[in-house]
Amino acid sequence: MAFLEISNLQKRFAGHTAVHDFSIDIDKGEFVTFLGPSGCGKTTILRMLAGFEAPSAGNIVFDGKNVTHVPTNQRNVGMVFQSYALFPNMTVAENIGFGLKVANMAKPTMDARVKEMLALIKLDSLADRYPWQMSGGQQQRVALARAIANKPKVLLLDEPLSALDAKIRIALREEIRVLQRALDITTVFVTHDQEEALSISDRIVVLNEGRGEQIGTPSEIYNYPRTRFVASFIGTLNQLPATVLDAGTGILSIAGHRATTSQPLGGLRNGQPCMVAIRPEAIHFGTDKNTMAAVVDEVNFLGSIVRIRTNVAGLEGEAGAVISLDVFNDPNQPPPQRGAAVTLCFSSENLLVLA
Amino acid sequence: MKSESRLGAWIAMAIGTAYFLLPLIATFEFSLRMERGVYSFEAYRVVFADPQFQTTFGYSIVMALATILLGILLVVPTAYWVHLRLPKLRPIVEFITLLPLVIPAIVIVFGYLRMYNSSALIPLTGSERATDFLLVCSYVTLSLPYMYRSVDTGLRTIDVRTLTEAAEVLGANRATILFRVIFPNLTSAILSGAFLTFAIVIGEFTMASLLDRPAFGPYLQLIGANRAYEPSALAVIAFIITWASMGLINVFGRSKSAKPAH
Repeated sequence: MAFLEISNLQKRFAGHTAVHDFSIDIDKGEFVTFLGPSGCGKTTILRMLAGFEAPSAGNIVFDGKNVTHVPTNQRNVGMVFQSYALFPNMTVAENIGFGLKVANMAKPTMDARVKEMLALIKLDSLADRYPWQMSGGQQQRVALARAIANKPKVLLLDEPLSALDAKIRIALREEIRVLQRALDITTVFVTHDQEEALSISDRIVVLNEGRGEQIGTPSEIYNYPRTRFVASFIGTLNQLPATVLDAGTGILSIAGHRATTSQPLGGLRNGQPCMVAIRPEAIHFGTDKNTMAAVVDEVNFLGSIVRIRTNVAGLEGEAGAVISLDVFNDPNQPPPQRGAAVTLCFSSENLLVLA
Repeated sequence: MKSESRLGAWIAMAIGTAYFLLPLIATFEFSLRMERGVYSFEAYRVVFADPQFQTTFGYSIVMALATILLGILLVVPTAYWVHLRLPKLRPIVEFITLLPLVIPAIVIVFGYLRMYNSSALIPLTGSERATDFLLVCSYVTLSLPYMYRSVDTGLRTIDVRTLTEAAEVLGANRATILFRVIFPNLTSAILSGAFLTFAIVIGEFTMASLLDRPAFGPYLQLIGANRAYEPSALAVIAFIITWASMGLINVFGRSKSAKPAH
């Protein structure tokens, strides 16, 4: 049985449904990220898990106990907010000890726990500082320590890194992951940042307009997006219109070029139009299977990677006639010049058919 | 052009300052002339030695403190709840809190006398203690615009909703949130409201007089009607109390603004 069960969760506001029939089972110690654009319902689900919003329908079960209608202060969850939400009138130690004090923990035990938490976030020397005397990164670490101090069943992270600058964001997300693994705490993380989600999660739930579009490991989500939304939201993807030539053998036509996919085309008929996708890094120059003639339109040097935009005659994809590909930067093998005629090549495994 | 407008501003300021300060200086000067031919603080000595001054002033201080306490207990939870759960009601609540500024005190106190006279359902004018309570309630009403505004401004400077949720998720109930999280973060706002309330209550005449309570306001009026120099001394004392209250508001306001927003 899963540690955290969300079944058929719905949330309706006046004249608008924010969450449609959302379900997921999360195991003990798992790190699950809700990823999606603004307004997709990810924060609403998190707020229902915390008890700030009452679901319109569905159930939330923590460790076998139905908490759907249990008040927030009796759920034993920890939460970290985007704006830190540290109590300005309390020192770092008092902030961390707040939940312990509310739970009537004996003072010596409480002091020891606060010390332990301070050591965990490596801020032992700042116990007597006030929040306004600390940097954003330090404040968020204190907020994290406060959230886990009374050993919550579930840790909820509501875009905790969004207010921080890039360098601190990367460092802190690694710290969060290390802590989460060390404490084996079931965690739900909400973000709109795909890189953050891909780097930190055991599983990702991609949400769109209140619905779970796809649930999977970061690798599954990135490499095998099942819907056009997931494909367009995660990473850069060439989305191209195609026509099924032979559904049985997976042969398609893309702008007049024959291509095969290893994905089954069970639901499609011969002659039916569909949408296919190829990651820029899955395309290379060559003459293997699945080739397309193209002309180089733009070459962007991005450091370790060179992104090349090409035009394919007759193609009318999401980005017009453009197909982008990424190649590793190799000083011994410079990329082609603008205007050069090239042949693009990709494997059948990398040609994805989108629902 | 620029220097002309600057000169105009200086002249306007000088006229304004004179308008406020000259009567005060004249009052102070007059209060020093109790002894013929010399300036002295005799009027002040007489006032401070008057047992009635001590009684009425002490009474008004107690009333002011009770008003502040009741006002805080009434206004802070109300304003907090409006911020947290009923933000759409804010304009209505603001309008209600402004009513004491447009309804004359005499109308309010006559309303109280009709509602709570000795033959009414709640006979608050039936005993001295009950009338004191009624007086405190009427002072709370009078100070409502100032207290509510101060607290409301304080609440706008903190993220009430997130702080409440953060405390809730840590297991705190409403009372704990209010007294351990919200109140401490509103200290300077509450103190501002408290000092304004204090300044209003100390010199208030209408309510205390019509409810027949021995407050400082009616004493000021009584002395003013019967003595020459002491009323001026009392007026100066009342101004000093008001200014001290204003000064303390500034001191607490500054200490708050020295703390950067979190």
